[in-house]
Amino acid sequence: MSTATKQLDELIGREYQHGFYSPLQTDSVPRGLSEDTIRLISAKKNEPEFMLDWRLKAYQHWLTMAEPRWANLHHPPIDYQDIFYYSAPKSEKDGPHSLTDIDPELLRTYEKLGIPLKEQEVLAGVAVDAVFDSVSVATTFKEKLAELGIIFCPFSEAVHKHPDLIQQYLGTVVPYTDNFYASLNSATFSDGSFCYIPPDVRCPMELSTYFRINAKNTGQFERTLIIADENAYVSYLEGCTAPMRDENQLHAAVVELIALEGARIKYATVQNWYPGDKQGRGGIYNFVTKRGDCRGNNSHISWTQVETGSAITWKYPSVILRGDNAIGEFYSVALTNYFQQADTGTKMIHIGRNTKSTVLSKGISAGHGQNSYRGLIKVLPSAENARNYTQCDSLLLGDKCGAHTFPYIEVKNPSAKVEHEASTSRIGEDQLFYCTQRGISTEDAVSMIVSGFCKAVFQELPMEFAVEAQKLLGVSLEGSTG
Amino acid sequence: MLTINNLHVAIDGKEILRGLNLNVNAGEVHAIMGPNGSGKSTLAQVLAGREGYQITAGSAYYMEQDLLAMTTEQRARDGVFLAFQYPVEIPGVSIALFLKTALNTIRKQRGLPELDAIDFLNLMRNKMQQLDMDESFLSRAVNDGFSGGEKKRNEILQMTVLEPKLLILDETDSGLDIDALKLVADSVNSMRNPNRAIILVTHYQRLLDYIVPDLVHVLLQGRIIKSGGAALARELEKHGYGWVEAESTSRQVA
Ligand SMILES: Nc1ncnc2c1ncn2[C@@H]1O[C@H](COP(=O)(O)OP(=O)(O)O)[C@@H](O)[C@H]1O
Ligand SMILES: [Mg+2]
Repeated sequence: MSTATKQLDELIGREYQHGFYSPLQTDSVPRGLSEDTIRLISAKKNEPEFMLDWRLKAYQHWLTMAEPRWANLHHPPIDYQDIFYYSAPKSEKDGPHSLTDIDPELLRTYEKLGIPLKEQEVLAGVAVDAVFDSVSVATTFKEKLAELGIIFCPFSEAVHKHPDLIQQYLGTVVPYTDNFYASLNSATFSDGSFCYIPPDVRCPMELSTYFRINAKNTGQFERTLIIADENAYVSYLEGCTAPMRDENQLHAAVVELIALEGARIKYATVQNWYPGDKQGRGGIYNFVTKRGDCRGNNSHISWTQVETGSAITWKYPSVILRGDNAIGEFYSVALTNYFQQADTGTKMIHIGRNTKSTVLSKGISAGHGQNSYRGLIKVLPSAENARNYTQCDSLLLGDKCGAHTFPYIEVKNPSAKVEHEASTSRIGEDQLFYCTQRGISTEDAVSMIVSGFCKAVFQELPMEFAVEAQKLLGVSLEGSTG
Repeated sequence: MLTINNLHVAIDGKEILRGLNLNVNAGEVHAIMGPNGSGKSTLAQVLAGREGYQITAGSAYYMEQDLLAMTTEQRARDGVFLAFQYPVEIPGVSIALFLKTALNTIRKQRGLPELDAIDFLNLMRNKMQQLDMDESFLSRAVNDGFSGGEKKRNEILQMTVLEPKLLILDETDSGLDIDALKLVADSVNSMRNPNRAIILVTHYQRLLDYIVPDLVHVLLQGRIIKSGGAALARELEKHGYGWVEAESTSRQVA
């Protein structure tokens, strides 16, 4: 093996930076899943009747379902009875009401992650909701947002304070019958974030949720619901990390976005769950259902994701383009290293007239990583003049990894224009040689080439996040141990 | 500055350089000429540190250091520069970012402070003007969609910015029109000084009309079979490589 390739191998054999475990007292329900578990979760959260009913219906439906088998993913069977479905940091009172109620150990955890929860330290212009294991522990800038009529709070709080909105919108984009993991989530979800932007309000700051799985054998099943009312605007960021563990942990989240007439939602994710070790042991199984509904005319939803973590990623952030002139966008960078597997992509469902969608997917495979893009572009008969442009590029580092593309196109209206472009390239020894011949280290060269490859996606991220994402990709490939 | 002794280099077991000797002193310009496939690029790449070649015998010393034992980036940081015959594309990476990273790495090695964005931009403006390159070039991705001539100019731009000590230009003249050739030659000539050495790899005499070499070497089948002054290049132009070949074989026979 040449030195350049060897160096490349060392670089991509990096360590996970967020793999520490916080010794916190936790409150959890017994292992396993049954109607009783669900009643217990619901009782712990003191939920109204409608919520428990919905969970139970989801559970009954889930019992009739099987795991999807069509993805290009391989893992041993998951024992759904071996998982804790609820784990919360134990607090003296019912739950943290303000930052002073939060366990100092937890604050330290977030500090280690680089997410300051003390409001005076919070990045200007970003409000954070932090979800630790199963519960939301802190939401910053709540009052300031409330002045504009914006609701940004833990999901469990919204169930109590805004049951009308929850009942009106919950499950209208991702019904509890949608798929195996979404049904499981609907039955067991413990918390998540809720956000409502009233008509004609432009949310003045980035809203952000930070998810962390801490406890052992715990599944995290959070649920996010974002509603942008007529002509509202919101930009939302989601980040996630988990400790290093030898066993796999399940994460099955659901995110629903609803954009009414003229509204715009930008949703960005930087997913950095623990990917497992170099031998492929441990890591998060990330089975996530994310879908946006452009319900009103002239509405606009964009998903941007940077997926660098998880042992397995199964995720297809999608947009239903229901309103006329609606716009849906999907920008994705997915990196698989070690034995990571990603099967990710999007679905763009064109229903309204003059609807437009853009898909830009950048897959990077290193080590033994397997990266699949799976995308569906569906144009229904009603979607007069629909347009889609899909570009799907893969970059390979080394020769033990793989990249795969599964584009599905279903067009039922002849006026549609659907374009698909795909490319696969390898970081060549010639590119590395060109850089090192100019004095640039192999490490910097790889991260420069990879960033260059991802540039078009990073441009879609909010500024602070783009820098983070770039660093994360750099770290992911540089073997920095922090 | 550079001393190559009996260098033997093979690719996949096939011997390409077969006992090459070359001595280049600081301040000199050497031209290496030879027909296609004679091993000119192989020599250039081996000196710059490219992987994939087997060095089966011989040595190369650069400023009293064992060149062949140094990593590619160490050679570059110590002043070895190769203007590539076929510069590779790096999509999404701007020339500005690429060259700033390279320059600051090299400056660090030389104990100089890193240049900030403004100083860098000023430096670039100056250097680009010399090569008649538009400033918009800086934001273009490295070699991505460049014409042949643009690629070559970009190589020379990098050379003038990084200020190396040993300059190896591999067929930089090919693909350039006469105006561009003159600009490139001016840049190279402006870099000639007593502390620098230049190796021009070419198979045409044309470039040597503008950059007059101190010595010309003819490379054939992996060996330097003839060396001489600038006049040798004109002889070659007139008689072709067959003439040197015939001459050298007859000498071997004799
Ligand atoms: N990567 C390679 N693999 C196999 N043979 C090569 C490779 N690169 C060059 N060669 C061979 O080595 C010889 C010299 O090539 P090169 O150094 O490029 O010559 P020049 O630059 O003088 O035209 C040629 O016969 C060429 O086919
Ligand atoms: Mg050549």
